[in-house]
Order: sequence, then C-alpha cells, then structure tokens
Amino acid sequence: MSEEVKLMKGNEAIAHAAIRCGCDGYFGYPITPQSEVLETLMEVEPWKTTGMVVLQAESEVSAINMVYGGAGCGKKVMTSSSSPGVSLKQEGVSYLAGAELPALIVNVMRGGPGLGTIQPSQADYFQTVKGGGHGDYRLIALAPASVQEMADFVGLGFDLAFKYRNPAIILADGVIGQMMEKVVLPDFQPRMTEEEIAEKCPWAAVGKPKNRERNVITSLELQPDAMEQNNIRFQEKYKTIEENEVRYEEIMCDDAEYLLVAFGSSARICQKAVEIAREQGIKLGLLRPITLWPFPKKALADYANKVKAMLSVELNAGQMVEDVRLAVNGKVPVEHYGRLGGIVYTPDEIVEAVKNKIM
Amino acid sequence: MALEDIIKPENLVYKKPDIMNDNAMHYCPGCSHGVVHKLIAEVIEEMGLVEDSIGITPVGCAVFAYNYIDIDWEEAAHGRAPALATAIKRLRPNKLVFTYQGDGDLSAIGTAETIHACNRGESIAIIFINNGIYGMTGGQMAPTTLEGIKTATCPYGRDVKLNGYPLKITNLLKELEGTRFVTRQSVHTAAAVRKTKKAIRKAFENCLDGKGGANVVEVVSTCSSGWKMTPAKANKWMEENMFPAYPLGDLRDRDANI
Repeated sequence: MSEEVKLMKGNEAIAHAAIRCGCDGYFGYPITPQSEVLETLMEVEPWKTTGMVVLQAESEVSAINMVYGGAGCGKKVMTSSSSPGVSLKQEGVSYLAGAELPALIVNVMRGGPGLGTIQPSQADYFQTVKGGGHGDYRLIALAPASVQEMADFVGLGFDLAFKYRNPAIILADGVIGQMMEKVVLPDFQPRMTEEEIAEKCPWAAVGKPKNRERNVITSLELQPDAMEQNNIRFQEKYKTIEENEVRYEEIMCDDAEYLLVAFGSSARICQKAVEIAREQGIKLGLLRPITLWPFPKKALADYANKVKAMLSVELNAGQMVEDVRLAVNGKVPVEHYGRLGGIVYTPDEIVEAVKNKIM
Repeated sequence: MALEDIIKPENLVYKKPDIMNDNAMHYCPGCSHGVVHKLIAEVIEEMGLVEDSIGITPVGCAVFAYNYIDIDWEEAAHGRAPALATAIKRLRPNKLVFTYQGDGDLSAIGTAETIHACNRGESIAIIFINNGIYGMTGGQMAPTTLEGIKTATCPYGRDVKLNGYPLKITNLLKELEGTRFVTRQSVHTAAAVRKTKKAIRKAFENCLDGKGGANVVEVVSTCSSGWKMTPAKANKWMEENMFPAYPLGDLRDRDANI
C-alpha cells in the first residue's frame, strides 16, 4: 500500500494520529497555541466512526481528571494543552502517576511565566522532567521535532504509557504545533476490545466480576511503611524505563569537535546552524534528545570524551543545560544559549553563540 | 421455641447486603456515612448491578468508602469526582457510575466540576453528604456551615461578613437544565432512611434508562465528632437547625414535572 502524504499542522497531526491509534477518549480545553487539537477532533467527529469520545471540559483541571477517570476504567485516553493550562493539570498528573495510570498528555509550550505570550517557548522543561506536580514521580517525556513526530509520538506515547502503567507526555512547542509539514499518518488501529482491556489492564475499575476482588484506583496509602514500599516500586519502574527507553538522534556527530544539544523546534534550527558552521570549517555536531526523561545521559557522557565543549540551545533561560552538565560531570565546558518569552533564534545567532561561548 | 427454629432462613427479615464486607469502618459513632453506605450497597444488590457499578470516592471522611463496599472504585482528587464520573460514564455508558461526596468536596473545591457535570446532563448519580463541616481534617468550616456555628476555622462562629453565606448548592443544581432528579433527604429516623433509599434507587435507575440527566441525592447528615455532640443530640440538633436551612424533599424531578 502506498503511503498517503498529507500537509497539516502539528496540532492537527496529533488529533488525526489519536483517532488512528485507537484512542478511546480525548478531554481538553481551548488554549493557544494548541486549540487545533480539540478543534480538529470536533470537526472530524470520531465518535461516529471509531467510537472515540471527545469532550470539551470546563477547565484543564477537569480535563485531566476526566483523563484520570477514563484511564482508571481501562481506556486509552489523552488530553492536550499549553503551558498555563498544563500548570493547572499538575494536580491530576501527580495523581495519575501515584495511581500508576497510563495516559497521554500533550503540552504545546508557549512563553511564560504567568499568562506570558502565545509564542513558542521551551520553558516548561523543568516542569516536565523534574516533577511539576507534588511527590516523587516521573513522566515519560517525548520531544517531537517535526509534524511527523507529532503524529508518531501519539502511538509511541500510549504504548510506553501502557507498557509501564505511567503517564507519558509529548512536550512540543508553538513552532511544532503551528507549523505545516508533510506527514504520513499512522495506519488505523482499532480501539482495545474488552477482552484486550481485561488482559492488559487487570487492575482497571471496569465493574467487578464475581471471580475477582474489587479493583480500586487510588494513590492514597496512609500507612507510611506501605507508602514507602509504593514509592520504592515506582522508583524501580523508573529505573527500568531509564535502562530501556532512552531515545536520541545524532546529527553530524562523528567528527564533531563541538556539540550542540537541543530538542524539539530548537533542534530543527540547530540542524541548519550545524550546516552553516561546517561551511565555515567549524566541526559542529548536534545531539537531539528525543526522550527528555529518560535523558540520554550516557550518550552525552561518551561525547564528553570526544568533543571540546557543548552548547545547550533551548528556548528558555537554561534548563536542560543542567542535565547536560550532570551527564558530562565537568569533563568539558557546557554552556547555554537561549532566547526568552516567545522569541526564536536564527541559525546564524546559534553559530555566533558557538563562537562566543564555547570556542 | 428453640434458637434453631428462630434462625431458619425463611424467618430472615433483615440482613446486611452481601457486598458490604466485614472491614471495620473508620467512621465515628453516630455518623451518617455508615447508613448511607449500607443503602447504596442494598440498592446496587437489589438492582443486580454488582458487576456493573463503578463508584467514585471523594477526599474527606468518605475517601475510604472503597474499603467497605465490594464493587470497583476510583478514588478522585479533592472535588474532582464528577469529572471522573463524566469520563467513565461516557466511555462505559452501560455502567452505573456514581460519586459519593461530602460538602467540602462537592460545594467548595469541586463546585465547578459539580455544576458542569450536572449542566451537561451526565447520566450519573451524585450522593452528597451535607453535614456542614469538614470531618476528616478536624472540623473546619465548610461552605454549608450554618451562620454562627463555631468550627476550627471560624472559632467565634461563622460570620457571613467574613465567610459569606451557607451555600445551598443543591438549590443551584436543581435550576440547571441538565439535572433530572435533585432531592434532599436525611437518615436520622427509620422513615427517613427508607425515603433516602427510595431516592438513591430512583437516582440509580435514572442513570441506566438512557434518558440522560444528572441525579443528585443530598443527605443532610450529622457529624457528632465535628459538632461535638452525642449522636442522639446531633440528630435533634440537625432537625432543629439544619432542616430549616436545608429543608427536606424533592427539589427537581423532571419525569414528574417538578
């Protein structure tokens, strides 16, 4: 079968991919620059075809708790929002992690703090990979750098979420959400049958049959020794994820003397910066983390033995740079270059930053 | 008559529902929660819905309702139970989906979720325990706390200038076009218990006949510990003080044009 290439926005790709990968329910609230996800779903009306439920909630708080409810009853459910809305969702995200529920969250980042701007930003890196909500938990964080990856990571995010019984997040930004590119949408995959849910999610609250104990979805455990055991189990799971699910891309790294580290839209701009630098005789490479958590620590530690210095290029005041420095552990200088509040750098600015900061 | 003759199965006139398990309840003596739990268990069993019920517990004293009734449960963040119920019911339309919430959960932190789930006409039942106080956190003021009543966070009595007025949220909910059945009951006498059971049954039946609409059963309740009264005195105090502010009866019944 020949692949059908379509032209669409990243946000639209998320919506179409959700329908195609057998998503059971989407619960969202309008916020720029991600509103096209909900708008597209409402226009396509997937409840008439696949049976997927789509609902505009009264708030992001309600939307994420609808996701909690849906995930708890064994369904493949998701939400999307942008930075201020994702802050509101943090309560529910922590509960999802605490109750070990698989779900997909999409953050199409905009400039902050506060109401900030509606232009692209990557300033929610800390919120995504360091917590965001309360308690010791981790989200599986995927950072798409193209509209194609917006489409592909919906299915991947759900697969990882169900594999580990843990919420996954797609951390995109206004550039990736709004720009139009060629995309090949995933093949249609049917929604899970009740038999598949029973097999994959024996813990789900689906209605208690006679032959098993009641299922209770909860993150509450008042006995501290039992709660410590729960936390230890979570940490073991996170360790397994760190061992198995690190994803990253290397661009022109083989002979690189200097290394850019960038994710999402920044990585796209850095790719051009690498080309320009090489035309000028600078051996520049790019390492693009695809999973922000688990973070490609080992790959970066290895490059610390090969390159002279690294530059973490992010649309923020310096967040991922801290994780790069931890991975490199002082072996080579690691600097940060960023623009703030919705301003996006040009490839030439990045090349200048390389010359000024790490050469 | 020998004991063996008396305890024959055909002489059985009352038993606890099978799905009420033997876990020791954490509720205080005189608390209304235990009675309402039993009524819910009875109705689920009598309607044959044990395998088709999904309950949502709140944050507050009833957070552990899932320990006592053997059905599947989800435990919600504070106030968010109606949001969970919305999603579960839409994803599993053939199930009985109900929330069990207190006054702090439903009428303070969860006001938005409550009003919007009701306004959307979700085919869910909301069992609302209104005892006018936060029980589990140790007796603080609730939106439903009566004027002048002393609590841990209004130690000199609720002053409406400082704290606003007791919130009659059920009166708001009955005005919403999305609600189908809104009633206010209590469980302080045998007759009241029977009426509340009937109301819960009606709410649950409404959830499953495909006609849609949200169903709210408020149970004006006692909190002997929070009110610092004996159970008997709490019942009397409730009749004299809570009922005038929260009068019992059906507030809305779409099927009967009320």
